[in-house]
Amino acid sequence: MGFIPNTPQQQKEMLAVCGKKAVDEFFTDIPRDLAPKSFNIGPPRSEMEVQALFEKLAGQNYSHLVNFIGAGFYDHFIPAAVDAIASRSEFYTAYTPYQPELSQGTLQAIYEYQTDICRLTGMEVANASMYDGGTALYEACQMAVNITGRDRIVIDGGVNPIYRKMIHSYTANLSLKLCEVAVSHGQSDREKLFAALDEHTAAVLVQNPNFFGVLDDHSDVVARCHEIGILVIQSVYPIAMALLKTPGEIGADIAVGEGQSLGIPLSFGGPYLGFLATRKKYVRKMPGRLVGRTVDNRGREGFVLTLQAREQHIRREKATSNICTNEALCALRAHAYLSLMGTEGLKEVARQCVAKAHYAKERLKLIPALKVMESSPTFNEFTVRLPLEAGEAAGRMIERGFAAGFPLGRYYSGMENYLLVAVTEKRTKHEIGQFAEALEDAVCR
Amino acid sequence: MTPNDRKYAPTHEWVKIDGELAVVGITDHAQESLGDITFIELPKPGMKVEKGKECGVIESVKAASDMYSPVSGEVAETNALLETSPETVNKSPYDDGWFFKVKSIRHDEIETLMDASAYEQMLKNAE
Repeated sequence: MGFIPNTPQQQKEMLAVCGKKAVDEFFTDIPRDLAPKSFNIGPPRSEMEVQALFEKLAGQNYSHLVNFIGAGFYDHFIPAAVDAIASRSEFYTAYTPYQPELSQGTLQAIYEYQTDICRLTGMEVANASMYDGGTALYEACQMAVNITGRDRIVIDGGVNPIYRKMIHSYTANLSLKLCEVAVSHGQSDREKLFAALDEHTAAVLVQNPNFFGVLDDHSDVVARCHEIGILVIQSVYPIAMALLKTPGEIGADIAVGEGQSLGIPLSFGGPYLGFLATRKKYVRKMPGRLVGRTVDNRGREGFVLTLQAREQHIRREKATSNICTNEALCALRAHAYLSLMGTEGLKEVARQCVAKAHYAKERLKLIPALKVMESSPTFNEFTVRLPLEAGEAAGRMIERGFAAGFPLGRYYSGMENYLLVAVTEKRTKHEIGQFAEALEDAVCR
Repeated sequence: MTPNDRKYAPTHEWVKIDGELAVVGITDHAQESLGDITFIELPKPGMKVEKGKECGVIESVKAASDMYSPVSGEVAETNALLETSPETVNKSPYDDGWFFKVKSIRHDEIETLMDASAYEQMLKNAE
């Protein structure tokens, strides 16, 4: 039985309109080595065989390693209640809540998630989530371009290089101009950043803590940008928001970030959670789903999808965004996590992250072969210079049972010997001690 | 019914000459078809508009529709009342509910638009 609803003749006609000879020509952007060799998945297998196959594949993961890798995605504790709530079928199987009369539970949960994000970022409105931190940052750029009518984006080098790469991919065929400003010793270079601003600039992208874990108060960037009508988009680590100045407090226009730390397990490829919040005056330029609280014809409180006129099923090609899919289940996990933690609980997580990371820093400073970078205050992540290539050291650490950190040479040339180490509340004093001993052994071998 | 002191575009906008300026709004028929208007995104003062081209968005409880300028020129002023009370367009489409005023207009271009009776005839034919 064929599942492709068009005939060979129709395909031929469509190809002719597009000026292509074969369907394969549409997929030339996919690198040859990543494209499937064959779509033949072989004969049918029994459930038991399939299970064995996937167990074998899953067994290739090094999930037993004690984790010191961050780089935007962190190994935080997830209370069992988060799984219990998120796996309830009322939430788990629910589709987009277009019909409020059938979807009050899902809509209320999303509304409460939006409220969480507003409180966490100090902003006025948040959408019902995006795919991940990188897509949220790109959508924020697009939003700034629409608001200002300008076409240039200035990006601080402290913004996660994975996000920067995503923005380059997204904008490759758009008429946007991207200007990246390199960091200086892991810190934002304000002189160069300010010099890069002009009257064509729609937005400046900054991150706190930056990719190197360094804390930064971007109030001065906001003040400078607002003088010349430039919007400030700040990407933040949600756990750090329990202790640090929020985007709302520094006066940023759009706040974005990766919500994985809020109750979502680390996994290769996700699903993760992008959050995006802004000022009320920009709400109609904000992409994505939005749930609002209202009253029905008898005055009873209820929740609905609101401002849908911005979205693609109504505005078609003129939609504010073509991301109308959200990460509702991940957003629900974030809401469950934040509700279970509460304000004090989240502060405690953040304090433990800072304290343990600083203990790890002190511990690693005792090793003569290492140089811990200390030019500026950090949150729960910091940079260590090794006497050898960091990727090589990380490989040796895997043999010793540790995921040691992120080799910075992958994205920053000249930093081949630098390792980015993250410490969360999950790491014990004992684990940090063992990590230090293993790292000393690995680099001195 | 349809005021005689102005001209009409087939896309249901009206234009009224006011000295050097052309005042633009939408017709009673347009506001009735849209239903309760909830938000209007007007062009910004200084923006160039072109006859027949999109220049804003009208959102109602039923739909989001593009706003087309019936004249070419430069936006001189917009109706601030519509930011807080977009429903004014439903109540008073020909007076208080005006959208924007255009300067540097071309009178010959406006002359090509319909008069009130031609517009009414167009609506009748469409029924």
